Amino acid sequence: MKKGVMRPGHVQIRVLDMKEAVEHYTDLVGLIETDRDDQGRVYLKAWTEVDKFSVVLRETDQPGCDFMGFKVLDEDTLVSLTQGLKDFGLEVEEIPAEELKGCGRRVRFTVASGHAFELYADKEYTGKWGVTEVNPEAWPRGLSGMKATRFDHALFYGPNLPEVLDVFTNVLGFHLAEQVMDPDGNRIAQFLTASMKEHDIAFIHSDEPGQLHHTSYYLETWDDVLRAADLISMTDTSIDIGPTRHGLTHGKTIYFFDPSGNRCEVFCGGDYTYPDHKPVTWTADELGKAIFYHDRVLNERFLTVLT
Amino acid sequence: MPAYQVFNRTTGDSFTCNGDQSVLKAMELVGKKCVPVGCRGGGCGFCKIRVVEGDFECGKMSKAHVPPEALAQGEVLACRIYPQADLTIECVPQPVDAIVEQATRAKQTTTRPMR
Ligand code: FES
Ligand SMILES: [Fe+2]
Repeated sequence: MKKGVMRPGHVQIRVLDMKEAVEHYTDLVGLIETDRDDQGRVYLKAWTEVDKFSVVLRETDQPGCDFMGFKVLDEDTLVSLTQGLKDFGLEVEEIPAEELKGCGRRVRFTVASGHAFELYADKEYTGKWGVTEVNPEAWPRGLSGMKATRFDHALFYGPNLPEVLDVFTNVLGFHLAEQVMDPDGNRIAQFLTASMKEHDIAFIHSDEPGQLHHTSYYLETWDDVLRAADLISMTDTSIDIGPTRHGLTHGKTIYFFDPSGNRCEVFCGGDYTYPDHKPVTWTADELGKAIFYHDRVLNERFLTVLT
Repeated sequence: MPAYQVFNRTTGDSFTCNGDQSVLKAMELVGKKCVPVGCRGGGCGFCKIRVVEGDFECGKMSKAHVPPEALAQGEVLACRIYPQADLTIECVPQPVDAIVEQATRAKQTTTRPMR
């Protein structure tokens, strides 16, 4: 939060078939549909989120991620961060308010890994779903599937990680919570945060720019992760790996795919971090364990299957 | 549902696939590994094969992995095709990914003293 970036605010995911995708993210993951627009995009949110949407689905013929947006403190912060991005040498695109329904103006930029990000200060405040603002109950009834509580983070694959780190830390005020270093001293993975969470966003090196590895949704307990695995079997959903634990972040996790092949994660737990914490370092020779703490072997599908 | 034979001429494997089953799913169900399994959703391109012979129906596939030129050459994603006849398929070479290479190299060059 050092420079006023608060949190991941939204992600726009490309899907091959909207009907199947909506079923996946609502019935299975447990997000709630909040709106649709005249471009055919579908807006979703998780129940603990206070703003109108966090996940936007767009139907097209190539799965992947269009952009991820971060919410900043206020309009002044948006203005100063935009200037920071320009001073850094990045091109910024102004997207008018209401291009996404209920969202204020957005500032979009593409970093050297080929991924587009956005900053915005305003989004319609709809409050947590299904609970009252005053004297709220513990959770709402009527949630579906895995009952995901929030869109938590995303992991992207692409080149030029040092420059991406520079933008996120020096311009946007994130800090480096975890990293994987190869024997030549190259950082092949970087986990960045604007909060106390071990990652709000992460990057892994690959030569191919602009790739999505996964979007991730938060669950409360390990039991919920196990129950998510049960639901994946009950619905014959494509599973990747889990339930298991990560070495990196130590989160408890399961990975699966949406019907267009975009990887999703639901997880619980994980370490915390403060800006004075030194980055946690994993070495490339222990990458297997860093990724899947129990298996301790490199999992080729996890490392190379992307959209 | 009629069942068809799928023959992978690169690896010599063959297996049965129902008309309402994707080729990849049928392969996985009998425990064969002759086509790489990725997302199973037509998005990642991992399961790309070439169909040399036989009719099939095709679901939605990522254009990034199967552009029209490739489709014209019979290249498809095994997770998205449903046989309508016996099929002969072959493997399409996969690009080797940098991070797997890098990590494998790290494993080989970092030797630890044995105790
Ligand atoms: S397994 Fe991903 S496209 Fe078939
Ligand atoms: Fe994750």
